[in-house]
Amino acid sequence: MIAALAFYLFAAVLIASAVMVVTARNPVHSVLFLILAFFNAAALFLIAGAEFLAMILVIVYVGAVAVLFLFVVMMLDIDFARLREGFQRYAPIGAVVGGILFLELLLVLGSWTFADQSEDLRLSPNPGASVTNAEAIGRILYTDYVYLFQISGLILLVAMIGAIVLTLRERVGTRRQNIEAQVARSGSISLEQVPTGAGIRALGIRRPPEPEAEPPAVTHDAHHGGHH
Amino acid sequence: MTPTMGGTTEMAIGLAHYLTVGAILLVLGVFGIFLNRKNVIVILMSIELILLSVNLNFVAFSAWLDDLTGQIFAMFVLTVAAAEAAIGLAIVVIYFRNRGSIEVEDISTLKG
Repeated sequence: MIAALAFYLFAAVLIASAVMVVTARNPVHSVLFLILAFFNAAALFLIAGAEFLAMILVIVYVGAVAVLFLFVVMMLDIDFARLREGFQRYAPIGAVVGGILFLELLLVLGSWTFADQSEDLRLSPNPGASVTNAEAIGRILYTDYVYLFQISGLILLVAMIGAIVLTLRERVGTRRQNIEAQVARSGSISLEQVPTGAGIRALGIRRPPEPEAEPPAVTHDAHHGGHH
Repeated sequence: MTPTMGGTTEMAIGLAHYLTVGAILLVLGVFGIFLNRKNVIVILMSIELILLSVNLNFVAFSAWLDDLTGQIFAMFVLTVAAAEAAIGLAIVVIYFRNRGSIEVEDISTLKG
């Protein structure tokens, strides 16, 4: 009974926030409603008994993907009003397509049944209440599905490298640390014992040239000091 | 639906409820793509909604059949969705850097 009430509450909030994601005027609000939608979907996962996936959803989506969206939305200086010009124009055709799709989905929902032998056809039956959900998933994820697991790690690696390569920008005129030149330096590195109090200028160690604007600053400083 | 299944988790809610919520979420995602034709970021968020509805269906069937494979597959869907979001947002960032806007209708100039 309580589970049913919680289901209806979370489902209602999920659908309402999904509507707000799609129709919000400000994309920042869209991202925030997307976060709310993910939280409610995680609650639905919990009700269905998939605790590990619910936590993964919160951590991965709210912690990483939604924050990434938030960064991009706030970083790009976009004229959001101009982006909404076609809003009224595309709403009717979107509603028609969405309505047809929804009707078809309802027809599918009303007309299918489980196969008789579906219980025997299960690939990895749930071991039961003696094993937690996370442990049960771990048992099959690292054994039966280990290749798929590795491939998904590879996909994430490719995505990471791709995102870095896409957004990396070589600016002209920036100075970088040249590690090879530093390591290959020879002959000019030496240790010297400096008399205490002499200062390195007395030893003839070269200093970078002083900036041109030094003298006015010094006079200003002296002037300032004179006031004191 | 077979009443013998749904064993460990006491499912007070029918499978049809989950599937309906998933269907509504999917339709809202498709609707969002039509509605925000110019804003790529909201289109990416709509795709996330669609993938979320797919995950909801996977988890519902997994719980109902007592088969953990659905949850495994939902994890892979999450992985692909995260990778897709990262690449998509990177493309949006460089597109904005080059053109100063993110209007999708100009994006056909990207070809070639």
